Amino acid sequence: MQNGIISDATLVSNYITGDESALEVLIKRHKQKIYSFIYSKVYDRDVAEDIFQDTFIKVIRTLKRGTYNEEGKFLPWVMRISHNLVIDFFRKNSRMPKFDNSGEFSIFLVLSDSSLNAEKTIIKEQVEHDVRRLVEELPQDQKEVLLMRIYNDMSFKEISDRTGVSINTALGRMRYALINLRKIIDKHNIVLTN
Amino acid sequence: MAKIYFEDSIKNLNDLKPKEETVNFLLNYSKALSVINYSEMKFEALLN
Repeated sequence: MQNGIISDATLVSNYITGDESALEVLIKRHKQKIYSFIYSKVYDRDVAEDIFQDTFIKVIRTLKRGTYNEEGKFLPWVMRISHNLVIDFFRKNSRMPKFDNSGEFSIFLVLSDSSLNAEKTIIKEQVEHDVRRLVEELPQDQKEVLLMRIYNDMSFKEISDRTGVSINTALGRMRYALINLRKIIDKHNIVLTN
Repeated sequence: MAKIYFEDSIKNLNDLKPKEETVNFLLNYSKALSVINYSEMKFEALLN
C-alpha cells in the first residue's frame, strides 16, 4: 500500500535523482489506463504494445535529460505523449483504425489483393508476348494503325495526319486489324486470358 | 441468411494491460540509459 501513498510528483522527482524503482511504481500504477487508451484508438494489441513502449521511452528520455517540468500532471503528460504517437501512427499508415477481425465475418473475404502474384505476372507476360507476335502477323497498314492507337494512345485524327490517310480509312484499318487478330486467335485456338 | 456476430471487443477494454516483457524492457532501458551533461550539451549513452 506504500505505493498508493507516494504521489506521482514525488516518484518523478525520486526517479530523476536516480531511484529506478520509482519508475516501476509509476509504470505499474498507470500502465492499464495508458494501454487501454492506446488500444481504444488503434484496436490492435501489437500496435498498442509498440506505442505504449515508445511512449515510455519518450518519458524516460525526457525525465533523464531533466527537461520535464513537474506541475503535478504526470499522467496527463504521458497521455498526451501517447496520443501524439497514436496520431503519428495513423499519419504514417494514413488509414482508419483496423477492422476487428475477431468475429465470424472476415473483412479479407470481401477485400482482395489487386496486385498480381508471381504466377499471374508470368501469365500476363506470356499473354502480352503472344499478343505482340499476333500483331506482327498483321498486314503493315493495319499493324501501323493498331500500334498507334493502342500502344501510342493516339487519336484517329492524329493517326490520319501521321499516315496521310483519311480518318475513315484509319478507322477501317483498325477494324480489319481487330477482325484479323480474332481470326488468327480462333484459327490457332490461342487462349489469351489472365 | 448468414447471421453475423461480432465479439464485443470494447467490453474488455478496462482489463487491458501491456505485456510483462514490455514493462521489463522499459525498466531495463531506463537502467541502461544515462545522460551525460557536458557544457550545455546532453549526450545519451545506452549501456547494456
